[in-house]
Amino acid sequence: MTAQLMIFLILAAIAVAGAVSVILQREPIHSAISLIAVMIALAGLFLLLESEFIAAIQIIVYAGAIMVLFVFVIMLLNARVEERTNMSRMARYVGIPLAIFLLIELAYQIGAATLSMTPQPATEGMTRGLSMLLFQDFVFPFELTSILILIAILGALVLAQRNEGVPPKRGQEKST
Amino acid sequence: MTGITAQSILLVSVIKVVVLLFLVLTAVAYLVWFERKVAAHIQGRWGPYRVGPHGLLQPLADGVKFLLKEDTTPLGADRFLYFTAPVITLTLAISAIAMIPFGPASVRIFGVATPLVVANINVGLLAIFAMTSIGVYGVALAGWSSNSKYSLLGGLRSSAQMISYELSLTLSVVGILLLAGTFNLGELIARQDGFSWGFLPKWNLLNPTFPQVLGLFCYFVAAIAETNRAPFDLAEAESELVAGYHTEYSSFKFAMFFMGEYASMITVACLASILFLGGWLSPFPQTSGMDWTLYIPAGVLALSGFALIIDGVRHPPLGRIVLPLLGAALLALSFLCSRTGVIDDVQGPFWFLAKVLFVLFVYVWVRWTLPRFRYDQLMRFGWKVLFPLALLNVVLTSLAVVMRK
Amino acid sequence: MPISYYLALSATLFGLGVIGFIFKRNIITIFMSIELMLNAVNLAFIAFARALGQLQGQVFVFFVIVVAAAEAAVGLAIVIVIARNRQSLNVERINLLKL
Repeated sequence: MTAQLMIFLILAAIAVAGAVSVILQREPIHSAISLIAVMIALAGLFLLLESEFIAAIQIIVYAGAIMVLFVFVIMLLNARVEERTNMSRMARYVGIPLAIFLLIELAYQIGAATLSMTPQPATEGMTRGLSMLLFQDFVFPFELTSILILIAILGALVLAQRNEGVPPKRGQEKST
Repeated sequence: MTGITAQSILLVSVIKVVVLLFLVLTAVAYLVWFERKVAAHIQGRWGPYRVGPHGLLQPLADGVKFLLKEDTTPLGADRFLYFTAPVITLTLAISAIAMIPFGPASVRIFGVATPLVVANINVGLLAIFAMTSIGVYGVALAGWSSNSKYSLLGGLRSSAQMISYELSLTLSVVGILLLAGTFNLGELIARQDGFSWGFLPKWNLLNPTFPQVLGLFCYFVAAIAETNRAPFDLAEAESELVAGYHTEYSSFKFAMFFMGEYASMITVACLASILFLGGWLSPFPQTSGMDWTLYIPAGVLALSGFALIIDGVRHPPLGRIVLPLLGAALLALSFLCSRTGVIDDVQGPFWFLAKVLFVLFVYVWVRWTLPRFRYDQLMRFGWKVLFPLALLNVVLTSLAVVMRK
Repeated sequence: MPISYYLALSATLFGLGVIGFIFKRNIITIFMSIELMLNAVNLAFIAFARALGQLQGQVFVFFVIVVAAAEAAVGLAIVIVIARNRQSLNVERINLLKL
């Protein structure tokens, strides 16, 4: 039981427990906190896989900005426990076991199929190699994502603003 | 390298962590004393003076007060989040100090030579920013879980302010990264070694390629806003919104928020001195004519020792014994620092602490000099002034770097 | 440390995301299950990047994170508009095109 395996098991346990908690919690804010715990555990797993930069980006961007957005929206909308609507009997007695079976089947098949893959060391330093790829081979998607973010900002602004009175049309068009 | 096992390395790490924790918690307590004294002298009064000589036992008295107060939980508060929010704030603020290198030398503990840093991560700078990012949750969740309108509004405003200025904070540091090409904090300091024209230190503030003055300004302003300090403390100031997100907190949980704020102040000051002011590098060139500068730490300690002894005899009985004893201890330390074995090792930490103390002094000075920003002025400043300035810094620095090649 | 452990974990997290997506009723929780699925896929990409010794997997994770940010921003804006118009976050109540 090497140290790496032990750390992997601890982080994996936190991730799975967090994911189960996201599903099972009743208040949305607790689901959000569980999801943040999952993301931090995943950042730890990225560190184990020797991608320090992506681990830092995961925490700074995903857990530190996107989830803050989720938490803000939950607070603004005052989202609380939903009222209980009972699931149909089909969903409860057939759906849930099938879903759990899907999960176990996915995990087993993917795990078994890749059992032969062994990790290989990277050819050059991680951050430097990543930036080389990003700015040479993938520069077009990189620039496109910046436009995508601009569109998302504008879209979010337009969608979420309140229309407090539309100004009246300025006179009618005169027909000649 | 006999005798160096995984166990001994682990033991050395644990010792470093315990020492750092002790030092940081003491520093946070005495930073409060320092701030109250400086604030008082700016306002023309004495500050804490009675509790122990020169008010030096004031932090102890405050700590005891916090521990003994009644610990209430508001009705309808979310128990788990109410307990966790101050824990998140304090833990992350203290953990960020683990990445900070205090000096270049290696110290030998139990035969293992370790550098003067708890965790020398390759992406150390990003790790500190990651901890600052998660620290936003402490504020937001504290506001939400207190089940009170003032807390919710204050929490939302504080966390919106923190994420807005976090952007300018990380962007103002990109100029340094362009000049140095590494995230490692020890490496960043090593790149600032050397003196241009023989006497001007090559710190990033005075960088020969492009002096990072704009970067330091943006960083410092963003850091003040990030730690919710005046003049950006509308969301938690005493005369506004009751007390913002920590209205409903009492006793030790409030103390944790308080300590978390001062600990993040220390982190930001340490980072400013590493990134812009040269970290543990001395401002004097190490030529043969400047050998006397090696005795500056010993000199400072000796001066303060004498000052304490001379001042101590004027105090009532407790001060009459404690202060001269402290002065004598400082004199002994200064004698130790002038011995040949220790003198080289002491230079790094001394200059680092001097710079951090200077940055903290400016922090406190700004707080008690400038009036507070209104919230909309604050957000407008953060997005429309500071963020473009930080971007401008990045553009100009990259132009300078490319033109130099 | 065989890579298949990481991939099995990734598949588990993905499956849990699917379960959350199908069985929960609150829109925001459904959205969070989608983010959980995206995170599971990120883990799979990084694991494969390590297994093959290349860095393209990490570049893709970078893009997935950026796209997830844009999607979260617009999606949550839509959620705010829906909540404002129908005063409920329950998907079972948002089943008519007419208000």
